[in-house]
Amino acid sequence: MNPQNDLSEYLLRLADSALVQGQRLCEWCGRAPALEEEMALMNVGLDLVGQARNWYEYAAELLADGRDADRLAYRRDERAYRNLLLVEQPNGDYAVTMTKQFLYDAWHFHTLAALTGSADARVAGIAAKALKEVTYHLRRSAEWVQRLGDGTEESHRRMVAAVRELWRFTVELVHADQVEERLHRTGIAPNPEELATAWRAKVADVFASASLAMPEPASHFYLSGKRGLHTEHLGLLLAEMQFLQRAYPDATW
Amino acid sequence: MRPGELIASDRGARPAAAGDLALARAVLERVMDPEVPVVSVVDLGIVREIDWRDGHLHLVVTPTYSGCPATELIESEIGAALEQAGFAAPRLERRLDPAWTTDWISERGRERLRAYGIAPPHGSASKRSLLGESPQVHCPQCGSAHTELLSQFGSTACKALYRCRECLEPFDYFKCI
Repeated sequence: MNPQNDLSEYLLRLADSALVQGQRLCEWCGRAPALEEEMALMNVGLDLVGQARNWYEYAAELLADGRDADRLAYRRDERAYRNLLLVEQPNGDYAVTMTKQFLYDAWHFHTLAALTGSADARVAGIAAKALKEVTYHLRRSAEWVQRLGDGTEESHRRMVAAVRELWRFTVELVHADQVEERLHRTGIAPNPEELATAWRAKVADVFASASLAMPEPASHFYLSGKRGLHTEHLGLLLAEMQFLQRAYPDATW
Repeated sequence: MRPGELIASDRGARPAAAGDLALARAVLERVMDPEVPVVSVVDLGIVREIDWRDGHLHLVVTPTYSGCPATELIESEIGAALEQAGFAAPRLERRLDPAWTTDWISERGRERLRAYGIAPPHGSASKRSLLGESPQVHCPQCGSAHTELLSQFGSTACKALYRCRECLEPFDYFKCI
């Protein structure tokens, strides 16, 4: 792969993860446990969809094959999606939703912070903008992990179950593949393994304050999202999200 | 850009006349943020440059939040207002870097936010205040500093929800980013 292919591939990973996480949050629309929570979930989702668009637009320019941001989002099949497996997992109960958000936010925050120093000025600019928003996301999801983990017996039990359910997808967050290793050498993107320490420290810190045990690193089995091999859940999510553009290609209003 | 736009945007090209940029600025000071209709796009600090290039007015606009749904609307309202004022096919460039910050909201913009019932962003968007736990937010109704955070997210991406513990009114706070 040439460096430009590496970069567009990497941009799709960032974009797809943000879009899928945003889409999952939007599934809560009309069903959140309280009005303030509904507004918060939709606001975070909106930020992420907006960030995804910024990455897609840059990716579309590099790919230069006639596809624009909308086409990348709505016309690619599951196997072409490059998101982290973590974010495609179903929302479950509020403990699962907020644990998933927190694990992603902590990774997202450190990744974006590193990307603000990217050798690619466009990447650094998009990351700097997104980082301001993600700082709020992380603060909020960390507070929820504390509140639920250290709340009632019932909320604690559900948080323990949520961590057990999601933990196996976290190794992928801090595991580098060749694309990231090459981009790291040219100063464009961080090596996820170098972010592992900061990510683990943040998670351990919040878990400790939430009376949750910090698990050992999970098995290396679940690493395939970046290569387009997904769990069964992504296809269903895309079927709903892409329905309109699939049924009525190029529809506009 | 779609086919046709390039051709259409060549119409009305002319050299800049004296007063063009001042007039454009005056027009933009009457284009309001659709979510906060008392603050103009100039006072909000999203108009970064007003210039004349290749026979057309050229603007640089920096959106507030990545996912702000008003971005396109604001851009089209800016374009329409300038067209109406006689600027043919003004060009808008969307620039993300440097990222918009609430530090760019003018003093007049802050005053108008307060008068409208929205507490303006407190302090500077330095890292410390961004990560700080609780900014000192004054109630826009009664001025009391005795306020509490209800939710970090309010009716739009740029606001948080607060409540005054003196006059008991809930209000929006324009978050500092």
